[in-house]
Amino acid sequence: MRDVLEELDERRSEARLGGGETRIAAQHERGKLTARERIEALLDEGSFEEFDMFVTHRGTDFGMADKRYYGDGVVTGWGTVNGRTVFVFAKDFTVFGGSLSEAHAEKIQKVQDMALRNRAPIIGLYDAGGARIQEGVAALGGYAEVFQRNVLASGVIPQISVIMGPCAGGDVYSPAMTDFIFMVRDTSYMFVTGPDVVKTVTNETVTSEELGGARVHTTKSSIADGAYDNDLEALLQMRRLIDLLPQSNTGALPEIECFQSVKQDDPSLDTLVPKNANTPYDARELIEKTADEGDFFEIQAAFAQNIVVGLGRMEGRTVGFVANQPMVLAGVLDSDASRKAARFVRFCDCFSIPIVTFVDVPGFLPGTAQEQGGLIKHGAKLLFAYGEATVPKVTVITRKAFGGAYDVMASKHLRGDINYAWPTAQIAVMGAKGAVEIIFRKDVGDADRIAEHTKMYEDRFLSPFVAAERGYIDEVIMPRSTRRRVARGLRMLRGKELENPWKKHDNIPL
Amino acid sequence: MFSKILIANRGEIACRVIKTARRMGIATVAVFSDADAKSLHVAVADEAVHIGGSASADSYLSIERILDACKRTGAEAVHPGYGFLSERAAFCEALEAEGIAFIGPAPKAIHVMGDKIESKRFASTAGVNVVPGSEGTVEDADHAHAIAAGIGYPVMIKASAGGGGKGMRVAYDETEVRDGFERARSEARSSFGDERVFIEKFVLEPRHIEIQVLADTHGNVIHLGERECSIQRRNQKVVEEAPSPFLDAKTRAEMGAQAVALAKAVDYRSAGTVEFIVDRDRDFYFLEMNTRLQVEHPVTELVTGVDLVEQMIRVANGEELSIAQGDIRANGWAVESRVYAEDPFRGFLPSIGRLTRYRPPEEGPRGDAFVRNDTGVFEGAEISRFYDPMIAKLCTWAGTREAAIDAMGEALDSFVIDGINHNIPFLAALMRHPRWREGRLTTAFIPEEYPEGFVAPEADEDEATVIAIVALTAELVRKDRLDRFNDRVAPHPGQLRRDWVVRVGDRYLPLAVEGGTPGSPLDLTIGREDGERMHVATQWRPGEAVWRGRIGERAVAAQLRPVPNGLRIDWQGLSANVRVYTPRLAELDRLMPEKAASDTSRMLLCPMPGLLVSLAVEEGQEIKAGETLAVVEAMKMENVLKAERDVTIEKVLAAPGDSLAVDAVIMEFA
Repeated sequence: MRDVLEELDERRSEARLGGGETRIAAQHERGKLTARERIEALLDEGSFEEFDMFVTHRGTDFGMADKRYYGDGVVTGWGTVNGRTVFVFAKDFTVFGGSLSEAHAEKIQKVQDMALRNRAPIIGLYDAGGARIQEGVAALGGYAEVFQRNVLASGVIPQISVIMGPCAGGDVYSPAMTDFIFMVRDTSYMFVTGPDVVKTVTNETVTSEELGGARVHTTKSSIADGAYDNDLEALLQMRRLIDLLPQSNTGALPEIECFQSVKQDDPSLDTLVPKNANTPYDARELIEKTADEGDFFEIQAAFAQNIVVGLGRMEGRTVGFVANQPMVLAGVLDSDASRKAARFVRFCDCFSIPIVTFVDVPGFLPGTAQEQGGLIKHGAKLLFAYGEATVPKVTVITRKAFGGAYDVMASKHLRGDINYAWPTAQIAVMGAKGAVEIIFRKDVGDADRIAEHTKMYEDRFLSPFVAAERGYIDEVIMPRSTRRRVARGLRMLRGKELENPWKKHDNIPL
Repeated sequence: MFSKILIANRGEIACRVIKTARRMGIATVAVFSDADAKSLHVAVADEAVHIGGSASADSYLSIERILDACKRTGAEAVHPGYGFLSERAAFCEALEAEGIAFIGPAPKAIHVMGDKIESKRFASTAGVNVVPGSEGTVEDADHAHAIAAGIGYPVMIKASAGGGGKGMRVAYDETEVRDGFERARSEARSSFGDERVFIEKFVLEPRHIEIQVLADTHGNVIHLGERECSIQRRNQKVVEEAPSPFLDAKTRAEMGAQAVALAKAVDYRSAGTVEFIVDRDRDFYFLEMNTRLQVEHPVTELVTGVDLVEQMIRVANGEELSIAQGDIRANGWAVESRVYAEDPFRGFLPSIGRLTRYRPPEEGPRGDAFVRNDTGVFEGAEISRFYDPMIAKLCTWAGTREAAIDAMGEALDSFVIDGINHNIPFLAALMRHPRWREGRLTTAFIPEEYPEGFVAPEADEDEATVIAIVALTAELVRKDRLDRFNDRVAPHPGQLRRDWVVRVGDRYLPLAVEGGTPGSPLDLTIGREDGERMHVATQWRPGEAVWRGRIGERAVAAQLRPVPNGLRIDWQGLSANVRVYTPRLAELDRLMPEKAASDTSRMLLCPMPGLLVSLAVEEGQEIKAGETLAVVEAMKMENVLKAERDVTIEKVLAAPGDSLAVDAVIMEFA
């Protein structure tokens, strides 16, 4: 009996060493943690329950029969983050470079299935070289099985991917179908085909960093939702994100005790919108002064910065914030901003996270680049996302809400539950100058008359009151009371029941 | 008594005058420029009158507009505050011509004391010590030596037309004075085209000490003791105190007597200040007389209990002083810190912008000490480029100098300002500086102590431990809250985790928690690796910017700001990023590489198609993270492009007026 117990210990020790001490040292040398260290950092101390520790691959070609390591290049299992269940898999770069075999893929599928069945989030930690070529089509099959499970779990449980090393070829598509992708700066990159293939096919010379580093994916491609300086920072921030997420689309919103009273006015918001309508201000300040304790987990902070999206809490419960950012491009809606916000709004709607929208938008961005780039369909994505969302929607117009962009930004007409405006709001088809030149075209040469018309237009239309007269705005509120008003609105909406007509699924303009 | 007065000023001093006027039952009128429409002084006054554009010349310096405001509101008297029109004899005359009282001295005193040379002559005649020196210009080297021998070495040779240190020479003996004379003369000739030089006694280890005087129109003049204002940067006072730690009773009496004599000689009325320079032997020399209320008057008020603004108003109303010299007693010690919107780490350069957070310490008694904060701003206010960047004057009073300095340290620790750069890190560091605490000051204190510019002090082991404990307790409270999710599957731990490693900057400090229960408030013992155990108690809760509590024997007020996975903690001028880890996470943290600043941002790219409105930098300039580089207009809005890290500008590739495409390179960094 004794021997058997010892054998288990020995086997476990061997499995925990992965590809061996030399490879672990090499991993550390590159500034990276090992798969097991990463899981330790992500989960509550001592909470990790590992599955399939002794799985090995079944390949025999190319001499692989002799090369077997326990775990086969991926560590899988479950544990807790602040006491709540999460499933996890971490590619082990020390074993076959983390490459995916049939057996390796089956381990991932097992935790995917369990996460879905038990309605808990799943987090994948990527640091791998792609398919194990020696396994041929078996590896491809393995990938597709993983992809299919990603698709089925989408919108049911939160799926998060963290890229902490190479992630190439078949490996990229599973993260691409998850809710969020985060990267580690300088040590991670993501692409379908690497620099060598690029060179061969297009004769383009490019580094991995230029092709798919964290900078590219957070600022240009928008593949990644954020980037961190090192493994530990990334993993601890994932804990912060998980704390904000419900366990599934039927799970309750996570709630923590809130120490910051919502009754306290914040008079500094009364001076947030500058006197000059062309002077910017920081929408983040408004979000941070509305959310509990100024705590705001921003998504895609470095991409399409003309719109700010992210998660925070109101009275201890998770809320999604969307705000036009006047600091960048006047907060205009362009294709990138529309896509970024649309995806975020749909994420919130999937998981019953209420949405608070702050509006200061001068319209859609004009120009050939935008029109030829499909602005109509990209803008429609955000319109669609807000229109289909059934979660509580509270909207506050702080300044400009012009033209079609007014409609798009969670307006009353798109089933906004509570639509507030600050006294500084200007809700109109367009700004005064443009409007007057169209309405009074015959007076365009006459500066005095134009000035007179402009004044009339500004007084009548550049205010929240025309919209309020029609009930498009439920109430005009003092800026200082925003946190209280939004919080009360969200409280009232806790019982909201709204369903869209039955459909197989909608046909959002992709 | 007047029924209504107008305050021809802005900011904190306008608010301060209004406070006293209100207490005396006098109605107040504020005046404001465009930029000040939403200012605090406008809000607190009974009435406010708009007097013009943001530039001072169009508003606060316009005698005509202020006179007009007086007439429109029926104000019977004007308090000028300090700066602006406070020392313009013409303003005083214009008011009096309209039958409006000027709450300040008569035009003659302003006139005589307003001229540097004239005031010195006048003071000398009145029996006030002036810096000994040559009467006229110096003829030749022999003459220079003769003069120097007469006044005693060391001497300073200065160009008559001089300024900015050019044509200035210090000489300690005859050889140096002869040599220095020739050099100073040739420098004067080449720099100013005027070779005249004069010689003055060179004051060793100079300190700036001034006497507050108060005079009425009935011939009574008293002095209210001294203030020392030796802590200066760019010849501007930063920290003042009353009394001076340097003066003895005899010198104090002599300086007071001379100040009173001077005030009498010039028929002074109202509050005024006679400034002296005092050398290491306590010899003192007249510098100038300020014929107005000084910025630093609160320290005198705190130690004497006299409201100087009230006295000024009463004197202007023709009343006789109700206090005699014998009634004046300095009680305890007061210190004033001028909180400026400026960056102490970059040569105290001004900083402008929105005060997103402004939470001054509470005024009033604090234990045996007292806190006063004279301010003209509020949270959400804008610090504009048009006026002086002073945010507040924070004063503390206590029985002794040491206690007043400690109270100041604590008040600064709990003074929260965000949105702009400010000098609290410097002020807080000063309060713990040994030389300041010992009172060994000169007017060159800042350049002497920080020859390379101000740098934040480094925390020693004990201080790092205090910072670590603040962060650890914050983490314990935060963790407890997260341990109580409604949908958790693991059982609640039910107790505090015992072993932690706190990273303060680059130090890892193992700490052991003993006793205590989860949640807030916390009351527990924390043990250090070396076995020392400290009792820790705090009521801190998440979201509070200031952590207050006790750590061992210390009362601690520290500021917390979130950074990724940790906190930035500011305490006593120390600033550190702190992360709280379990021992295992600390091990993993040690494996993480040091990140060099990424070089992917060597260029400033235009983020949008637009028009380059202005460039804020030049080639070769060093810029700190967060500072403005350029302004691009797009969508009819100005977008401010700021440095994402500290950079040096290597090349500027665009000019204002250029139309830029997306990703057009505006400048390159070195």
